[in-house]
Amino acid sequence: MSSAEVRLACKPADYKSDIKPIWCPGCGDYHVLMAFTRAFAELGVPPEQIAVISGIGCSSRIPAYTSCYGFHGVHGRSLALAAGLKVTRPDLTVVVASGDGDGYSIGGNHFLHACRRNIDLTYVVMDNRIYGMTKGQPSPTTEPEFDTALSPGGTGLRPFHPLVIALASGANFIARCFSGEPNQTAAILVEAIHHPGFSFVEILSPCVTFRPDERDWKNLVHPAPVAATNDPARAARRIMTDDGFNIGILYRGDRKPYQPDVGGASGDLSELEKDFER
Amino acid sequence: MSSSTGAPRIFSLADLFAVAYRIEADAVERYNMLADQMETHNNPELVQVFRDLSRAEGIHAEEIRRMAGDIDVIAHGQGMARWSRGESPEEADLASAHYLMTPWHALQLALAGEKRALAFFTSIAETAKEPKIKKMAEEFMEEEAEHVNLVHRLLRKYPVPSKSWAQDSDPPVSQE
Repeated sequence: MSSAEVRLACKPADYKSDIKPIWCPGCGDYHVLMAFTRAFAELGVPPEQIAVISGIGCSSRIPAYTSCYGFHGVHGRSLALAAGLKVTRPDLTVVVASGDGDGYSIGGNHFLHACRRNIDLTYVVMDNRIYGMTKGQPSPTTEPEFDTALSPGGTGLRPFHPLVIALASGANFIARCFSGEPNQTAAILVEAIHHPGFSFVEILSPCVTFRPDERDWKNLVHPAPVAATNDPARAARRIMTDDGFNIGILYRGDRKPYQPDVGGASGDLSELEKDFER
Repeated sequence: MSSSTGAPRIFSLADLFAVAYRIEADAVERYNMLADQMETHNNPELVQVFRDLSRAEGIHAEEIRRMAGDIDVIAHGQGMARWSRGESPEEADLASAHYLMTPWHALQLALAGEKRALAFFTSIAETAKEPKIKKMAEEFMEEEAEHVNLVHRLLRKYPVPSKSWAQDSDPPVSQE
């Protein structure tokens, strides 16, 4: 079968599991799941050659809803798990799913070092600027004036800027998507997965239950006015000065991915022991 | 987002049938997805409405397949591009779903979808140069116009919900 035939043979439905999502109706994560399955079908990679790794939170439920291999891991540690998997099984397509709480707070340090290490992973963060699963606490990307019973008077804290941090830390591909555009998101995910090294895709994914105001995002998003650059300084300037709703690929770097030779994954523990004895 | 732009290009009658079929098939999947969501969130009335809409779209899809004759609409469609922006016209807007939504809201979603499909086929009928494509696009346009009328008739059965329709006496969040 040619690669084109393989692509035609893969349908988005092949990547969906029988488990029905339990997200709130209206949640942006439904669209993200759709974008995942459409992207995988477009790539033509069979489900058993893809691993979807996640941490904890609404967005991190996503591996269970796909038919790919998956790991619903520890809070904030999805990147550590995924890095270990990719290093030992470079043949797999490894996609990491997280949210703004899991990825930028609990997993914030892993985020920096995953960007720096530049392993060939695709890191998707569904950003709704809130901890949804635990009933609406402010997250690192929540606006300072977010005033609720859980953050009286607002947080007063400057929000985290994930794209700038990813760029400064060495991510090799940076994009921003909007969940309400699943086909466009799927196309960007395909490019992110194809791009060598650490690809970071932030998806603005409204939480309609705890942030009903985010339903309005569909009226705020707009395509990035210029094509992606490979110049980090230029990318930094663009990302720092945009309104947070520019959608598209913003940066494509050309750093060589980190892929240490771990001697293959034979599964033979005695070989591993020998390495420690050296 | 469910605005339909970046539509696949139609170069042949087979393209038109394949896209028309896919529009209906996408709608079947989307309404089933919404029915599943309502099932999870215990809104049985809406489960029924979305399943009924899904069934209706399935009948339309089968009609298109029959009309296409020897053209394998599924195989042909797999080789064609999807909507590059927005979604397929009859994919109801997922972002507008709410666990307390009423049949009126569901039918509003359906109406919006039928209107987008009508606009899509109208634009093909108006711009196609190939007479066979033009004629068939006009046929689909008439079908969609009928569907718009049908949803309008169905909407008469359901009153506009009160302003407090989304108020939950036992809400999932207490931030007050």
